[in-house]
This record gives sequence, C-alpha cells and structure tokens, in this order.
Amino acid sequence: MADSLLAVFPSPAPIDLARTLDLAGYRWKAVASGAEAAKSEPTDGWAGAVVMCDDDPESGWALCRSLRKRDVPVQRVLVMVNGTQLADLEMRDNLFDEFCLTPFHPRELEARLRHLFWTQLTGKHEMLVEYGGLVLNLETYQSSFGGQALDLTYMEYELLKFLAQNPGKVFSREILLSRVWGYEYFGGARTVDVHIRRLRAKLGEEHANLIQTVRSVGYRFGQSKWSV
Amino acid sequence: MNEQQRDYVLRTVEERGIRLVRLWFTDVLGNLKSFAISPAEMENALNDGMSFDGSSIDGYSRVQESDVLAIPDANTFEVLPWVDAKGAEARVFCDIARLDGTPFDGDPRQVLRRNLESARKKGYSFYIAPDIEYFYFAPPVAGQQPVLLDEGGFFDLTSTDIASSLRKETIRTLETMSIPVEYSFHEDAPSQHEIDLRHTDALAMADSVMTFRFVVKEIAALHNVHATFMPKPLENIQGSGMHLHLSLFTGEDNAFHSADDPYNLSPTAKHFMAGLLRHAAEITAVTNQTVNSYKRLVPGFEAPVHISWARNNRSGLVRVPIPKRQNESATRLEYRSPDPACNPYLAFSVILAAGMRGIEEQYELPTEADANLFEMDDEMLAKLGIAQLPQSLSEALTVMEGSSLVAEALGDHIFEWFLRNKRDEWRDYKTHISQFELGRYLRST
Repeated sequence: MADSLLAVFPSPAPIDLARTLDLAGYRWKAVASGAEAAKSEPTDGWAGAVVMCDDDPESGWALCRSLRKRDVPVQRVLVMVNGTQLADLEMRDNLFDEFCLTPFHPRELEARLRHLFWTQLTGKHEMLVEYGGLVLNLETYQSSFGGQALDLTYMEYELLKFLAQNPGKVFSREILLSRVWGYEYFGGARTVDVHIRRLRAKLGEEHANLIQTVRSVGYRFGQSKWSV
Repeated sequence: MNEQQRDYVLRTVEERGIRLVRLWFTDVLGNLKSFAISPAEMENALNDGMSFDGSSIDGYSRVQESDVLAIPDANTFEVLPWVDAKGAEARVFCDIARLDGTPFDGDPRQVLRRNLESARKKGYSFYIAPDIEYFYFAPPVAGQQPVLLDEGGFFDLTSTDIASSLRKETIRTLETMSIPVEYSFHEDAPSQHEIDLRHTDALAMADSVMTFRFVVKEIAALHNVHATFMPKPLENIQGSGMHLHLSLFTGEDNAFHSADDPYNLSPTAKHFMAGLLRHAAEITAVTNQTVNSYKRLVPGFEAPVHISWARNNRSGLVRVPIPKRQNESATRLEYRSPDPACNPYLAFSVILAAGMRGIEEQYELPTEADANLFEMDDEMLAKLGIAQLPQSLSEALTVMEGSSLVAEALGDHIFEWFLRNKRDEWRDYKTHISQFELGRYLRST
C-alpha cells in the first residue's frame, strides 16, 4: 500500500487521526468535499477513504456517496461515527465497508484499516449475490432463479441487486429511487412500484412474495437473517 | 446514456448468446417496424445509433432528408422469450433522430417524449393503464367474413379451451417481457378477449402496447389462429376498445386524488377531465384512426357516443371508476373512446395535451350525465349541452384539421402527414360500394 493514497475527511484532518494514519504508514490527503476529492484524486484513483462523520455528518455522508456513485466506485471506505450516530449507518451499507466509533482508540482504527485492506487485497470481494434460488452475478450482470436464466432490463436488475444485497430490510420508495435510480428517473416516484411489479411478474407467481409490500412504508426483499 | 447501462446490455448480448438484436420503432400509423443487427454492431448502435433510409416508413418520408438514425433506448433492452433453434434474439425500442442527433419530428415516440417532458416541467408524470380488447378468428381469407373460433368445428379442442390457453400463454409471455397483467377475461362477444395491463408511465406503456399487439398476434399465429385489433370486425357484436385509465402524479402523490371531494377527485382531475371533454372531438381522429373505428362508436354496444362524463354510467366518454378499497393511488379517469388500432404514442400525446390544456386554463367541468344517454333523443341531449363524438373518420379529420391543440401536440410534420394519409383512406372508402348499398338499393331503385 506504500504508494497509494487515502482520502481523509474532514479537512484539515483532526490531529489524532492524522497521527494514527501517519504512524500506521498510510499516505493520505485531507479533502473537504466530494468535489475536492474528485479534483485531487491521483491518476490511479483513491486507494480508499477514511471519513469522519461525527462533526459534520451531512458532508461526510455526501462525500461517501460521491465516492461510491460513480463508474468506478472507491472501495475500502471507512466511516467514523460517534455513539449517538449509529442509527445513521442503517440503510447506508452500500456507502461504506467498515466503521469505527469515535472517540476512537488508535490501535482499534489501525486494526480495522488493516483488516479492511486485507479483505480487499485478497480479492474476497463478493461477486455473487445469492438468496434462496436467486443468484445475481455482479460481474457478468447475469441473473437466474432456480437455475433458470432470468431476463431483466437494466433497471430491474439494479433494483433486484440492491434489494437482494439487503435482505429483510424495508426500503421506502424514495430511498429506492435515490439509491437505485440516483434521482435521474423518468416516470416519477411510481416508477419503483412499476419495476417491483415487473420483477414479481418475472419471478413468477409462486415467488412473487419474495418482494413484499410493507404497507405505507415501502418494500422488503426476503427475510432478515436475524428473523429466521 | 449511462455507462453501466450500456455495459449491461453488451454483457447480456454476450452472455446469453444473442444472435440478433431487433431494433423496434413505430411508424406514424402505429405499425411496429423492425430491423435486425448483429451483436457485433450493438456497441456501435448504442454509441452512435444506426442510420437507415426512412423514406420507406409511413410518415417518415421527406424528400431531402431520407436518412435517419435509430438510437436504442437501452432501458427497453429485453431478451425475447421465444428462442428458435439458431439462438436467442433480443429487442430494443429506438428513438429516431436526424443525422445530427436532434429528435426526428416524424417519430411518434419522440412526439410522446416531448409531450411528457412539457407535463414534467409542470411537475406531472402521466400514468396509463389500458384495457385492451381483441378477437381471435380462424386465419382470414381475403374478401370473406371472419370466422369465429366457436364456429365451423375449426378446432378439435373446444374453442374456449384453445382461446383460454392462448390467452394464458400470451400473459406468461407478456410478464417475462416486463409487462405485468392486471386482469384477463373472456369478453361478452364470442371469441373476444380482454387483457388489462397494470399502469406505468405513458412512454413505457406506449412501448408495452406495441409489444402487446405483437405478442398477442405472434402467439396466436403459432397456433394457427388470427388475432385482430380491428375496432369492429363483426356487425352485430360489440367492437374492441382500448379504454385508458389515466392519472397524473406529482412525485409519489396522485394529483387526481382529493380526500375532500365526494368522488375523491381533485381540482386538477376535474380540470383535466374538462380538457379531455372540450377537446375530445379534436383528438378523436388520432384515438380512433380507421374508417372502421366509427362503426364501433355507435349506440347499443357499450361504446361511447356522447361527450359526457359520469361516475357509473358506461355510456359516457369519461368514467370515474370507484377505486377498490381506500386506495389513493387508484383514483383515475377512464377515457373510453380509443380503440386498440390507434398509434399509442400519438393517442397518449393528444390525450395528455387535451387534459393539460384543461389544467392550464382551469376549464370548468360540465355537470355529470348520469342518465343513460342512449335513451335520450337529440333534443334532450342538446338541452343538456351534450355533443356527440365525430360520426365518421371524415368528420373527425375535419375537426382535427381546425385544432391548434392537436397540431401543437403532434408537431406540424405528423399533423400534416396524418391528415393527408387519412383523407386518402377516406377517399378510398368513399368509392367503395358496400353490401349494405347493394342490398338496399339494387332492387328498390
């Protein structure tokens, strides 16, 4: 990791964070926003990011989002939140890979960073999403159910991928729109319902309840791991 | 187009061993047009579009510029559910552009896009759910009466069996092509069927209607049956309509819904409906574009004849259905005159334009006509201020010709071409001597 660069938020970086990163041997650069991160990104891309959300969570999460929502998302994002912000982590699983509580212990942060880079370097990155009979291959964009190829349009695939990566969680239409469509959608907010119906139709009657409607909230895919 | 979306399409072509990609688009009359490209050309097509000679397409022709570009809408890329021995095929709907990339004004899909965009600027997205009726017949013989499936011992199976298995297979196919079905049943008339589609935004729905007509015909043909969307194929039997359930949404909210109104209709819904009613005659040539369409719009067959609205009156042009449960998103208007032989892109465009005009100019909604209009004489109707829909294609064209609303919605190119083409159709019809005339006048005069 010697020559790759981490983006660190906020800018300037808090002194104890800077010291921990330096002592652990990481090269890093503080950035104040997504725009700045894009501007000062090295040619081979950010190797990762450490985003401290405790003082300015809004800008922190906005930065995470801008690092992830692009053609080649930045892998290895570690966010730091304080004990009262744990709820913020919910439904943002796609925006970070690891987290650490503040105030932090330097040894803990170091251990978490080491582990984060280890899993990514050994290529343990999950390219298959599986649930019940459903398999999504994130590399080839192919999907199947019960061994049968499932022919999905791009947005159907993206929606199913997002849901299947978060089984058991309830998502509102707005969340799905912003996470899956990224605000650039043509048909208005009902688009989500339309695509859910299409997915159910394609999964077939007997599996249509894999995607459940949660009244006046939104949709849930499958069962939570914890509730089975 | 977004990079990932393009990758998705290209990877799917590769992974699924797609042999041909069919580029689909629609001519001005609503016929599905298609040309096929090899998988190797697909990347190119997604990046730059494929150029072709538009002069052979009805309504596209322009003397100076006959070459146009078909630009695939990657969102509609779909593997076709029937596979032949040689391998799988896929289809993608295209927008047609001039060679410089600007929208081609002869393309109905671009026309609908433009109309939807102007509604979107005012904060509305337009949703449609059609109920599509059609007939199954024995394969037609030129010049002969259509033969119903329940006639003439055409099938070994009873006709109900074959028709319902056809319908089931059709629905299964539609559902694998991203077209969920709400409802399907055998209509009142023999051999007539109805399939109701679940609502989507109007562009996706126009694509779905095109796919629907193709799938219904294709699957029937595989079983040596002829499916037809002709509006009135049989004289004394009700015709085939395409009732459209319409709603406008602002974000997640149904702009047609109001909890305070006895009919749950918001002021927006009422203005929209008033717009539809006021401009109904002008848009009828587009929603009912054949000579034959007007033989459906006659009293006695549950097809609308008068320009009126009501909650429960199926003789009216606009019906306000009572939503199931207290479902806010189900508040809608049902526009009952269109038939399934229309061009859905153009029909949805003029309907939206009429409704939006009502909203912009805050048209006053006329009073509800809840009596059965078919039982009233002309005098009574006149007293109620209830006009009739155009009685023939010719009449409809005359009203359309004077409509700046329709000209604006369709754009000059299509407006003028459509009028010219349909005037020709009427002229051909006028020179035809019908059975009716021979039977009535040959001996008596």
